[in-house]
Amino acid sequence: MDNQMINKSLAELSVGLQSGKFSSVELTQFYLDRIASHDSELNAFITVTAEQALATAKTADEKIASGSASGLTGIPLAHKDIFCTDGVKTSAGSKMLDNFIAPYNATVVEKLKSISMPMLGKTNMDEFAMGSSNENSYYGAVKNPWDLDRVPGGSSGGSAAAVAAKLAPIATGTDTGGSIRQPASLTGITGIKPTYGRVSRYGMIAYASSLDQGGVFASSAADSALLLEAMSGFDAKDSTSVDIPVPDYSTTLNDSLQGLKIGLPKEYFEEGLNSEVAKVIEAAVEEYKKLGAEIIEVSLPNTHLAIPAYYVIAPAEASSNLSRFDGVRYGYRCEDPVDLTDMYMRSRGDAFGREVKRRIMTGTYALSAGYYDAYYLKAQKIRRLISEDFQKVFEKVDVIMGPVAPETAFKIGEKSDDPISMYLSDIYTIALNLAGLPGMSVPAGFANNMPVGLQIIGNAFTEGKMLNVAHQYQQATDWHKQTPSKYAVSEGEK
Amino acid sequence: MSLTPEEVKKIAFLARLAIKEESIEQYSEDLSGILHLVDQMDAANVEDIEPMAHPQDAMQRLRKDEVTEINQREKLMENAPATENGLFLVPKVLD
Repeated sequence: MDNQMINKSLAELSVGLQSGKFSSVELTQFYLDRIASHDSELNAFITVTAEQALATAKTADEKIASGSASGLTGIPLAHKDIFCTDGVKTSAGSKMLDNFIAPYNATVVEKLKSISMPMLGKTNMDEFAMGSSNENSYYGAVKNPWDLDRVPGGSSGGSAAAVAAKLAPIATGTDTGGSIRQPASLTGITGIKPTYGRVSRYGMIAYASSLDQGGVFASSAADSALLLEAMSGFDAKDSTSVDIPVPDYSTTLNDSLQGLKIGLPKEYFEEGLNSEVAKVIEAAVEEYKKLGAEIIEVSLPNTHLAIPAYYVIAPAEASSNLSRFDGVRYGYRCEDPVDLTDMYMRSRGDAFGREVKRRIMTGTYALSAGYYDAYYLKAQKIRRLISEDFQKVFEKVDVIMGPVAPETAFKIGEKSDDPISMYLSDIYTIALNLAGLPGMSVPAGFANNMPVGLQIIGNAFTEGKMLNVAHQYQQATDWHKQTPSKYAVSEGEK
Repeated sequence: MSLTPEEVKKIAFLARLAIKEESIEQYSEDLSGILHLVDQMDAANVEDIEPMAHPQDAMQRLRKDEVTEINQREKLMENAPATENGLFLVPKVLD
């Protein structure tokens, strides 16, 4: 199998498979070999599922031979270890679920399995998706493929590192406050968090249910369009799933951007934004002008309230969601409990990491008697202010752009003792989750030799427009084609 | 808003989290820091603003009360730390 495989788009891989140039078994084995060679240093995977992957690949090859394949059939992928996978360990990056074998498939997993996309494995993540650096995993930190001393971002750091180092052609992730966009930005790949309700949350281990949303990590907007379409859609098993038809995202990728109105929120370019990162974003905006877009300065005046409101809503929902881990039905149970209370307390105390405990306690406090109005209710009111800010801006513009993160990937250990400084790094991503809006990170250049992502924010259910906007930029630039030299295969090389 | 070590112990109990005595001080510092961040909400005027519980303000969808799941009792119990005769085992609840 040719090493050039890693430089191919999903559409090209699909052509190769359909034309019999290579088989899914060969392609899947090729990626399993890359994982075997490189993952010991990256730590992107918690579990590698070689046997299942090859079995699915075999089914894919049969479907291709019999003409019953879809475009993605036979293309391997990686799932964030937050999606339940029947018969396979599903840990959510926690000691609590280190022994948990999911008894069913998440809807996302089921959908992609039904079209025979082989699952290479389950990727590393911050425990229960709480974190922005992937340092909060029970399975150890994930390394950034661009610099092994730096974080890949979080919480979906494993999926991001796997796609950035080409250990998987594409991967799933989840985003509650930036957990797809920030790692995509920090590792130089394309990531999309769709509108809340677009992708089923069934079987996705819950962190903050009114904010959690599944999405995609890919090498390009065109690849993202294919996987997002395949995993989206109404699901009766998710009570907040939205019953709106899924468009064919690929057909609008080539629409012209002539006359596109781009809003730049002034609050996203103020103090706190690294000046080198700002330059990259400004250059990307210039590129959009060349593509025919009109730039309009806009304001999202309640931006500064997003992080405070998030750190009430998300911990409150987490404290409720994570109460299910009681040591009775699944998960970790402490040794020799003396009574029920002792069992609950020590099982949870032993098995949850520090950040998870911090958030559970913050949420428990915010929801405790006498504090509900001051915290949770107030945060939900602020949530509406933030949502209304966006709606006012979308009366004037088609998309909003800005940075994803205020700086490039930081060093492992640099912020791990300072939770607040870690929280503040999500300043540009969190507001979207509160408003339920879709967001993307698109590679736009480098600052201090580390990748920088441009954030594209759309109104609800405008993923097609956002992918079009990202794709046109990727036709004009090649930032998304950069791969860390250690993992790259240059043209002509075998 | 700051939390004293005593308050942290109380919250940890409400959340059923055993916290080591030597870590209480650190949690009290960390949680106070988070609440300090959260206190920035005080600057907002939210009078007459309707709270937003769902991004699309959607209502809870209802379905017919019909059995849709098959019985997978044995499979679902395979993850339990302790079982006996198809039941979850827990420490003695009543004397």
